Amino acid sequence: MSGQHQPVVAIEAVDFHFGQKNIYTNVTIQIPSYGVSVIMGPSGCGKSTLLNLISGRYKPDRGKVRVLGYEVNTLREKDLFQLRRRMGMMFQSSALLTDLSVFENVAFPLRENTDLPEPLIRNLVLMKLEQVGLRGAQNHSPSELSGGMARRVALARATAMDPDLLLFDEPFTGLDPISLGIITKLVREITDALRTTSIVVTHDVEEGLSIADHVFLLGRGTLLASGTPQELLDSDQPEVRQFLHGLPDGPVPFHYPANDYRGQILERS
Amino acid sequence: MNAANPAVWVQRIGAGAIELVGRLGHATVFLLKSLGHFPSLLRRPSLLTRQIFSVGVLTVSITVVAGAFVGMVLGFQGYYTLIDFGAESSLGLLVALSLTRELGPVLSALLYTGRAGSALTAEIGLMKTTEQLAALEMMAVNPIRRVISPRLLAGIIAVPLLCAMFTFVGILGGYFASVIQLGVDSGVYWSSITDGVDLRLDIMNGLIKSVVFGILVTWIAVFEGYDSYPSAEGISRATTRTVVSASLAILGSDYILTALMFRG
Repeated sequence: MSGQHQPVVAIEAVDFHFGQKNIYTNVTIQIPSYGVSVIMGPSGCGKSTLLNLISGRYKPDRGKVRVLGYEVNTLREKDLFQLRRRMGMMFQSSALLTDLSVFENVAFPLRENTDLPEPLIRNLVLMKLEQVGLRGAQNHSPSELSGGMARRVALARATAMDPDLLLFDEPFTGLDPISLGIITKLVREITDALRTTSIVVTHDVEEGLSIADHVFLLGRGTLLASGTPQELLDSDQPEVRQFLHGLPDGPVPFHYPANDYRGQILERS
Repeated sequence: MNAANPAVWVQRIGAGAIELVGRLGHATVFLLKSLGHFPSLLRRPSLLTRQIFSVGVLTVSITVVAGAFVGMVLGFQGYYTLIDFGAESSLGLLVALSLTRELGPVLSALLYTGRAGSALTAEIGLMKTTEQLAALEMMAVNPIRRVISPRLLAGIIAVPLLCAMFTFVGILGGYFASVIQLGVDSGVYWSSITDGVDLRLDIMNGLIKSVVFGILVTWIAVFEGYDSYPSAEGISRATTRTVVSASLAILGSDYILTALMFRG
């Protein structure tokens, strides 16, 4: 178990590219143990890629990714799966297994990774579902759930193994205001109740800042800024101001790079 | 670049060949990993039985109907050909050999490709698109062990059984057309089959073919699904590739197997 003073995730001088596109160049991020760390940045800046690097689904071109004391990019497949037993992840699409009921979805990681007796699994699943307010929907199939409910079941499933590290990929996207409020509250409450570390990837500034202990702002393939929510709100850095206040133009230009506008209009076809 | 330039074509063919070889290597590693997880299915037989139901039992109805029609057509065509030579007493043998050696294994595998192979690709592709495979990985569950291996083994078991059903029903269909409709003697029909069909040369070779087809089709179907681009168009392309590649693989391998098995 990582100690209080040791970062739970340490990304050191990482380069990563996807296809022809450079996602990260020499990125270093240290995510402290316990509490909610929010990773922010504009769409396409590589926020979800960061979660895939942390979970070992992607390997960096250069640098090290250390998670819960292990260097994930050098782990063998078997050891990587062992390490993932200490992680839980909630996907943007919820990613519930469509051929299983709500109850069976939450029970799935317990059945696959433990030898717990059935009565204990039943009680654990009911406790996790009660925590997200969906014990009454235990027999529903995923197709019968609204987007917000599916996200809550995914949260219950992610916490089923009481993980040391919880990863959230865009948990606030596409939700109605009530579901948004519920998910925001649950992320914070569950992190505190389990005394775990949550890494939340989002571009929703208000919700992200409202639950964050630490904020990391990514952009242009690198870490632009980090600190407490108040430190970022007080920042004079143009990129930070543009993102947090939603300014349409600034260091991230409104126009995608193009050749001369006047010249192209007047050009004879 | 000039499309008429021969160098461009050579370059394109080379690039295509490199991609094909890379993909074949990728598919082979994928197959070996899937085969490596077969022993774990002994501990979880329910995973296998569910897939045998899905790919096998649900394909029985079209296999039986198609087998009956193919057998009846063989009965008719064989009768009108053999009657000119006064050889209609060999009609049962003609129907049975056609079915056990060729039509049973090939057509049942083609039907399996259309019904179950395409469904396997679409199902796995959709699981990838909706991040269910990624979720399995994140729950420390290997998706190849949990999703791919049971489907692959189910296909390998189901296709020979479907082939046996197709052949059996086809022989009954031939009996219906030749004996009941065209008046060939029932005893002659059956005795020509029992006298002429060889257990090892005909029946065993037919079953070996269907096992090979079962491996090829299911391998292609699960690989295409697992390797598909995670979008609606990606799944559509993968499903099409499964049907086309698996059908050609069945026909191509049938030629090779026939040449090896029936050299006389």
